[in-house]
Amino acid sequence: MTQYDIAVIGGGNAALCAAMTAAEAGAKVLILEAAPKAYRGGNSRHTRNFRCMHRGPLGPLVEDYTEDEYFDDLMKVTKGKTDENLARLAIRTSEECLPWMEQRGVRFQPSLSGTLSLARTNAFFMGGGKSLVNAYYRTSEKLGVDVIYGAAVTHLELNGDVVEWVDYTHEGKSHRIKPKAIVVASGGFQADTDWLTRGWGPAAKNFLIRGTPYNRGVVLADLLEQGVNQVGDADQCHAVAIDGRAPKFDGGIVTRLDCVPFSIVVNKDAERFYDEGEDVWPKRYAIWGRLIAAQPEQVGHVVIDSKSINLFMPSVFPPLKADTLEVLAEMMGIDGTKLKATVNEFNKACGDTSAFHPTELDGVATKGVMPAKTNWARPINDPPFYGYSLRTGVTFTYLGLKVDENAQCSTQEGPIKNLWAAGETMAGSILGQGYLAGYGMTIGTVFGRIAGREAATYAS
Amino acid sequence: MQADLIQEARRQAEICNACRYCEGYCSVFPSLHAKRAFTDGDITQLANLCHNCRGCYYACQYTAPHEFDLNLPAALAEVRRDSWESFAWPQTMARRFNTHGGAIVAALVVGFALIFAAIRAIGSAGGEGFYAVLSHNAMVAIFAPAFVLPLLSILISVRRYWREVGGKGVKFADISGALGRAAKMQDLAAGHGEGCNFEEEDRFSHGRRHVHQAIMYGFLLCFASTTVATLMHYVMNMPAPYPLLSLPKLFGLSGGVLLTIGCIKMVALKLRSDRHVGDAKAWGGDIAFVALLGFVGFSGLALYALGGTALMPLLLAVHLGAVLTFFLLTPFTKMAHGFYRLAALIRDAQRKRLSD
Repeated sequence: MTQYDIAVIGGGNAALCAAMTAAEAGAKVLILEAAPKAYRGGNSRHTRNFRCMHRGPLGPLVEDYTEDEYFDDLMKVTKGKTDENLARLAIRTSEECLPWMEQRGVRFQPSLSGTLSLARTNAFFMGGGKSLVNAYYRTSEKLGVDVIYGAAVTHLELNGDVVEWVDYTHEGKSHRIKPKAIVVASGGFQADTDWLTRGWGPAAKNFLIRGTPYNRGVVLADLLEQGVNQVGDADQCHAVAIDGRAPKFDGGIVTRLDCVPFSIVVNKDAERFYDEGEDVWPKRYAIWGRLIAAQPEQVGHVVIDSKSINLFMPSVFPPLKADTLEVLAEMMGIDGTKLKATVNEFNKACGDTSAFHPTELDGVATKGVMPAKTNWARPINDPPFYGYSLRTGVTFTYLGLKVDENAQCSTQEGPIKNLWAAGETMAGSILGQGYLAGYGMTIGTVFGRIAGREAATYAS
Repeated sequence: MQADLIQEARRQAEICNACRYCEGYCSVFPSLHAKRAFTDGDITQLANLCHNCRGCYYACQYTAPHEFDLNLPAALAEVRRDSWESFAWPQTMARRFNTHGGAIVAALVVGFALIFAAIRAIGSAGGEGFYAVLSHNAMVAIFAPAFVLPLLSILISVRRYWREVGGKGVKFADISGALGRAAKMQDLAAGHGEGCNFEEEDRFSHGRRHVHQAIMYGFLLCFASTTVATLMHYVMNMPAPYPLLSLPKLFGLSGGVLLTIGCIKMVALKLRSDRHVGDAKAWGGDIAFVALLGFVGFSGLALYALGGTALMPLLLAVHLGAVLTFFLLTPFTKMAHGFYRLAALIRDAQRKRLSD
């Protein structure tokens, strides 16, 4: 059997960036991807863009996006729970990553129609994340990287400051390899509902998992048990409000619902619980993930009327539709009288709607209703009425491996000589909470490259 | 039109419309994303815009085994073929050849037989060269209707298509825009210009685009050769045979070579591609059609090369038989796709013009 310099655990963006970088430096690399080939790529399959700093136009990106503006955007969503040093490292390096990605087969396209334009800040992958993953696998193959699909790593044997071997199963058989260096890039643990429930409480049983069912955190748990330094808490995960009818796993982008700003959202008791118009939806969907999680049975119900039905991206499943609120409530399984009362109270609080503007904060607000709706507040009074259910969809978890600026893992005693981590499994080292669209791919790319470089240097 | 095929394509298009990751690949997605709901006509239009480049399939996060089970190129290919069959006139011929390679072979045999019969029955009537085998007037009597009637049939079909997809009054810019895309086969190049995914899963290559261009331009050159020769015969009073350095010969030779090589390579490419990402049912009909088209080119070249030998009468009969079959089957085989594609591209240029 081939003696590998480096084993990369995981098969998504960060893993591939590490593998390509290490192979280009001359290392013999093996990728152990837990998923079968059809599902390779982890959550990267579902991504669509890369947030990138740039001074002047770069690839598909227009104008400028400076380090400070990028960092400020990040601080806004994480409320300061950010490792500034590592965050700035990721931001600064992102600029050189974009051409690097293009050289390895990634192709970009203009910012997608129907969504908030991110043409200045986010470079969209043509075809989405799976096409990026495909391109990277092809490039890796050319570089001589070996890939085993369906290879589930079960254990890394940590002895002092060195990982001695890696155990994995493949096609029902156990295997042990002894690479010189290891890069862990196998994501978070969100697909392990039991773990999620231990962290979040019983509510987590009702969460949907937006991405791969293969992120079960086996390697993460194995390393944490052996005393590898941890970052983040198990009760922290990035969750957004998505269509309640989405599949349990892997629903991805299409399960998003952009209608909340034009709606009122009630819980199962037909009561409103938060300002639906606080900000544009891309800046609020994550907050709504937590809001829904805190509601009884972790469900919300969106109510809009016919004047708003064409104002947002089409949904993957058609909305519920009824001529009266009572019938809509019945379809939603909530109390019709109460819903009617909630809507009436809301409608009465709506004022002058002439300034209504669907894509800008228009200041069209309610008066005298709690909670207030501070933008896009138009009465819900034009039948037919439409309804969607909202559930909490987990995108990723923050609990992970603590790394330094070299992506190196450590124990209480100090650095582990031959273990690096990249991507979602160490993203908690940078982000304590919140999320900025496209930053996950930035972390994965930047730290994947660093991990690959460091591992290759060590292995040679 | 088959409602189940349209419905399956609609189900998939609605998922695509909520995703939009493939927006940059081809003409289909901007057209798809411009709608919230899809009528049967919308789906038919999307189906005929799709060139089966497969970029979206290999980039898709929702292909099987995912429960959404997306395979948009296949769903659209099935709707597309069904649309040609549904709009075809006369209907008795509509559903025989697209899915039945054997029927094309049988038609070819009939084509040979007809020409042999004509040669026996009519003969030279004192002509020279090829006309020593079959007189010029006899050729015209056979091929003029064999050319005009299928064209009429196609016109009727494309008119039906245009109505179904809600086409409006055409402006010159719509046609020039569509011809520009067709000439470059831009929808086989993907938005990044690196080609399609036809040879080896998700690897981009220009193989299919270049081969298809060889076939299209080869065919157009052959057609130009015949057209020029007809003009020379009737307008300039210069009957065949023509020397090597004449427009009919130069067009015909280069066109025949392109057509023959293009068709051989197209069959080779199709054999390598994933069948399930296209219209699997039409596999046999497709291959037989490409083979027939290639044989038209090849038999023409053979006739040129061996025209001075004793084999000439036989080769002439075989070539004319192939051409006759090809012409007559045009409305009912893959050949029709050229007309529909162009109509779809014109409609798409029009949609963009009207939405601006």
